[in-house]
Amino acid sequence: MTRLQQQLAAGEFVVTAEIAPPKGTNVVEALEKARALSCLAAINVTDNQGANMRLSALALSALLIREGLEPVLQITCRDRNRMALQSDLLGAAALGVKNLLVLSGDHARFGDHPEARSVFDLDSVQLLGVVSTLVQGQDMAGKDLHQAPEFFPGAAVAPEAEPFELMFQKTAKKAAAGACFFQTQAVFDAEKFSLFMDSAQDLEVPVLCGILLLKNAGMARFLNRNIPGVKVSDILIERLDSASRPLDEGVMIAREMVATARSCCQGVHLMTLGHEELIPEILGQSAIAQEEGEC
Amino acid sequence: MIISERKALSELEKALAGQKKLFLVGCAACATACKSGGEEQIFQMQEWLQSIDREVTGSVVIDEACHIPRAGRDLRHHKGAVGEADALLVLACGSGIQSISSSTEKRVIGALDSLFLGNVKRFGHYEQKCSLCGDCILNETAGICPVTTCAKGLLNGPCGGMEDGRCEVDGEIECAWVAIYQRLQAQNRKGVFARTVPPKNWSRKRKPGRHKVTG
Repeated sequence: MTRLQQQLAAGEFVVTAEIAPPKGTNVVEALEKARALSCLAAINVTDNQGANMRLSALALSALLIREGLEPVLQITCRDRNRMALQSDLLGAAALGVKNLLVLSGDHARFGDHPEARSVFDLDSVQLLGVVSTLVQGQDMAGKDLHQAPEFFPGAAVAPEAEPFELMFQKTAKKAAAGACFFQTQAVFDAEKFSLFMDSAQDLEVPVLCGILLLKNAGMARFLNRNIPGVKVSDILIERLDSASRPLDEGVMIAREMVATARSCCQGVHLMTLGHEELIPEILGQSAIAQEEGEC
Repeated sequence: MIISERKALSELEKALAGQKKLFLVGCAACATACKSGGEEQIFQMQEWLQSIDREVTGSVVIDEACHIPRAGRDLRHHKGAVGEADALLVLACGSGIQSISSSTEKRVIGALDSLFLGNVKRFGHYEQKCSLCGDCILNETAGICPVTTCAKGLLNGPCGGMEDGRCEVDGEIECAWVAIYQRLQAQNRKGVFARTVPPKNWSRKRKPGRHKVTG
């Protein structure tokens, strides 16, 4: 069992965060960042996030394992067909990677290689099914595997998306296809999230609420304009705008979301974008705990 | 129909390097309808070629340039003018260009880029609805193709980028899955939402495609 799996099974309030592989081969900084997050349940390693080409998420995940850290390998359907995906999954398992976050992936048009051909041979629901098939010892063609991999696969959900029923049917399909946990897109609307959780309870899949640290109002507006599926309300933008120290206000907003998460779901997935040192504060942990390194 | 558009003149000029005399070929079907290879465009092309010091030996607009025997027959009817030319400049889709290239030993230069199989939305305005994938799911998706109209071709519902019912890739476009959902709801049926759609059988999209009508 992975630590993430254990903590979820034990009903602990689980905290994950994420790091991005470097553009290049120097992994020193990425590993340093990962070490700083070692007290969390697991660290997501993004896969050419935003369709920007970077070092392979699988390679960095394997390096994390070598350091004794626990990765969640993000794996998208954008860049690989079903053969490459299966073969990377087997490779991941051989390198000790067990936690997965299975995603469709941002369209190549958004990234730094807009002329690339997007693959999408599979979608995220289908890839979750493939993971289950591999775990059962067969590939998609029905051929037996010489030793089956072990995985703890998760999936992403968008709790604020409308129409709710349309979004939720996909969430349910992901649960049925074998998702063992959900990490949500950045959530800013506590009420909508609670409503989502009311329906999600029935799926019996633990949910980690995505919390994105807003650094200032400009960033919030940028997200609204440029990041699909992310919506920061005018009320929150106003709070950031009128705050004398916007970052402190951003931390406050994140803390409020953590409080919501504590009341209705199993944990949080933190996206602090370079402000990892603020994680203990966002989690509302005491100074003593911070000194003891228990972030 | 096949939607095509003319290549940039600068690109054409490069392709025409060293070719002094040209025979022009258009198509009376799709390329005429989308104003890329009809009589009018052949005439404009001829004027442009003359302005860059080229000679046009003759021209023909073939009924359906994709019809290989017909293309061959039309070229034979213009044997003299074709024979005189250094190359044939074809204002037709990629299919039409290849009917011509398979009907002559001469060098064939394509003047158009072929874009997609398009529906006419209104005059001069085309939209792709079908990508000829060989494995049609329309009966389950209320007649709206997610393989084509979802930017990612997803088969089990929208991605996380859907926002206010719009596609993350192009905010001008409605999310295919919202459209499918709404139409199925209006028809009071579950359709594709009743099941998890398995991975698509891409072997149905044979390359190169071949089909023989039997019986």
